[in-house]
Amino acid sequence: MTESLLTADGVTKVFGGVVANDNVTVAVPAGAIVGLIGPNGSGKTTLFNSIVGHHPIDAGSIRFAGREISRLRVAEIARLGMVRTFQQTRIYGKMTCVQNMQISVPHAREGLRTMFSRFPAEVTEKAEGLLEFVGLYAKRHLLAGDLSFGQQKLLEFAMALMNEPRLLLLDEPTAGINPTLINGLMDRLKRANAELGVTLFVIEHNMRVIMNLAQHVYCLAHGQLLAEGPPDEIRGDQRVIDAYLGAH
Amino acid sequence: MSRTAALYGAVGVAALLAPLVFPAFQTQLAFLWVMVLFALTWDVMGGQMGYNSFGNVFYLGLGMYVTAVVQRDLYFDVEEYAHVAGAVGTLSAGEYLTGLALGLALAGVAAVLAAAVLGSGILGLRGHYFAICTLGLGIAAGEIAGGIDYIGAGSGLVTPVFPDALGRRGMFFYYLFFALAVATFFTLRWLYAGRFGLAINAIRDDEDKAEAMGIHTTRYKTVAWCVSAFFLGIAGGGVGNLVGFIDPTDVAFAGATFGVWMVLMAILGGKGTLWGPVIGAVIFHVTQELFWTYLFGWQRVALGALIIVIVVFFPQGILGWVRQRWPERFGHRVDEEARAPGGGA
Repeated sequence: MTESLLTADGVTKVFGGVVANDNVTVAVPAGAIVGLIGPNGSGKTTLFNSIVGHHPIDAGSIRFAGREISRLRVAEIARLGMVRTFQQTRIYGKMTCVQNMQISVPHAREGLRTMFSRFPAEVTEKAEGLLEFVGLYAKRHLLAGDLSFGQQKLLEFAMALMNEPRLLLLDEPTAGINPTLINGLMDRLKRANAELGVTLFVIEHNMRVIMNLAQHVYCLAHGQLLAEGPPDEIRGDQRVIDAYLGAH
Repeated sequence: MSRTAALYGAVGVAALLAPLVFPAFQTQLAFLWVMVLFALTWDVMGGQMGYNSFGNVFYLGLGMYVTAVVQRDLYFDVEEYAHVAGAVGTLSAGEYLTGLALGLALAGVAAVLAAAVLGSGILGLRGHYFAICTLGLGIAAGEIAGGIDYIGAGSGLVTPVFPDALGRRGMFFYYLFFALAVATFFTLRWLYAGRFGLAINAIRDDEDKAEAMGIHTTRYKTVAWCVSAFFLGIAGGGVGNLVGFIDPTDVAFAGATFGVWMVLMAILGGKGTLWGPVIGAVIFHVTQELFWTYLFGWQRVALGALIIVIVVFFPQGILGWVRQRWPERFGHRVDEEARAPGGGA
């Protein structure tokens, strides 16, 4: 069996007396779309933060593309090809959409000469192409901070794609987006996965979205892995239903 | 494009003719370009990158001392020079220019090295912590310089006498600073339009996001400080010679005057814009000179009132206000014709 693109093995993260993640093991195979669900406060975002190197983990190991990354820093991990989006959408507000996209190019190889260089025309073309892909082309010369929340989410997604990641971690990509736009976003996530070959690991509260999108779903509750399996199985799992209804 | 060229042309011609039209104000006009240099270099960090530095004056003073020491040690005996406060004979035009050129070059190099070392240590701090730390930097430098005999300690250092063969002193330094300001302006214009500019803007807008996207934040921050220090160090070398006497706390590491003015001018004109610091510096310098002339005795009070007016009524600066009022002038627009097919959003 070949190793998954991302493997978190027995990850534990403790904040003071609170065990946010307790011995959590997940695997994201290359090319897949994997979902992560769980009630509020179940430790989903903490797991994301541990994976991308935002804070050190207390136990366990995290491997990405055959390499231990649990001791690397955020920017180093990002340069390896793992990019995350934020639950509270983060974009560069005082820069235009195109500038937001341009600066999101991969930064893996960057010497002093590259730092002082201009963006070649291909980068701008690609940036505009991706803005078209998420439906923001007409607004490309506006300041990103002037966009609506939903549009900022789309921009953040496009910026992540601009970075050419191998794995994209999305933290609630559809939160705060209107239902019509959600369908469009789901379609784009699937296309990014199929056409651009980006592996996706998605935190989502919207069950319709995650059941539709993911091939495999992990469910967390109280920091522990409660259940995992194909979406249909998870949906019928009594433990998952109980967790969401607050039986724990 | 042609309008931009016309603007640059007009400013250039006016600047070249200014010292000839107003020969009595050559030194003040030279200081005008010094102010422009102060504001432009401060804005690299404070405006474009969002790191308010109160310690940039450190590079100014460093540049002054390096240049003056090179000028002195090249042609004079240190002991004798200190004893007679620089009056040990005049240099020929060639000697003076050689010393000055070498001194300015080394000032630039020294400032860059200092910024690289200090930056890698201090630039891990963010926001107010960084500001306070840099404030300490400027003050400490003044105290330390005042204790080193080799550079004149507390009694300061005199720069070599300007040779008569080179014409009028004010005129010479006017064109020196004008050239340096132009070089700085266009270098920054080039840098801001590329990867460097966008990267430091990204750090200003959201440093955590920039890190999450893989940007080498520490590297960009350090390089930004080096760029700022380079031009400021060279400017410092020139200022030392223009003033003629380098006092460690009142001229070289003058945090309460030069150090504060840098920040004010950039904010007045509009920080984070290319022209903002230039406009701010011109307005500030002209106002200040007028205060000295017409409100003597009250000039500090008037300056303080001006500062309050700036901060209260123009928190975004003149150009920042203009940009907010007419965003389309700055290229922020919606393309109507492209809106239909784009759809969705």
